[in-house]
Amino acid sequence: MEFKLFDLSIVEYAFFVTSVLIILIGLYAALVKKTLIKIVIGLSILDAGINLLLISIGYLKAGTAPIFSPALVKNMPLTLENIKKLSEGMVDPVPQALVLTAIVIGFGVTAVALSLVIRLYRHHHTLNIDEIKNLKW
Amino acid sequence: MTGAAVYSVVQRDLLYAVIGTGVISLILSILFLFLQAPDVALTEAAIGVALTTIIFIITIRNTVRYEEDSNRHSKPASK
Repeated sequence: MEFKLFDLSIVEYAFFVTSVLIILIGLYAALVKKTLIKIVIGLSILDAGINLLLISIGYLKAGTAPIFSPALVKNMPLTLENIKKLSEGMVDPVPQALVLTAIVIGFGVTAVALSLVIRLYRHHHTLNIDEIKNLKW
Repeated sequence: MTGAAVYSVVQRDLLYAVIGTGVISLILSILFLFLQAPDVALTEAAIGVALTTIIFIITIRNTVRYEEDSNRHSKPASK
């Protein structure tokens, strides 16, 4: 495990490569597929890949979760120096907060897209985007 | 996880494809747990596995289950 390039370990490379692959698969499904539900599935996969990429950027090797639990701060007064010392071994909490928001927003986007799919199906009786040509309702 | 993504893209039965996206979200939440993000893992397990699959299944119930043949319209019209 001494493979070093840009000061990253091989586990972090594995996470980056996996997330980029999943982003590309989701992008392929959203661009190429003809069925509307398949396009929404592709957008959902793309969302999952982006979340994994953001979390793995904020990962620190052998870090702990960014939570000041009572087991972590036991018999240690919470002065400023102690908090700095404890938070050096934690992973970055900012991408986690961002991804926590992005998951909920992704669910909302998927719900709105699927409701539009149901409306389009009731109007056109098909899900093929080649047969839905008119922009007027 | 990549295998589940490829499976849910190439599967023609949309119900199985939706179950594939649920598997992707499940593996993703386990990876979040390994990456020291337990709160994100909980949210992903609740929203990604349960709620997204449920709304996809509701949509499939209201529309069609099977994906149409994609090269049916690629031939030039002969009339």
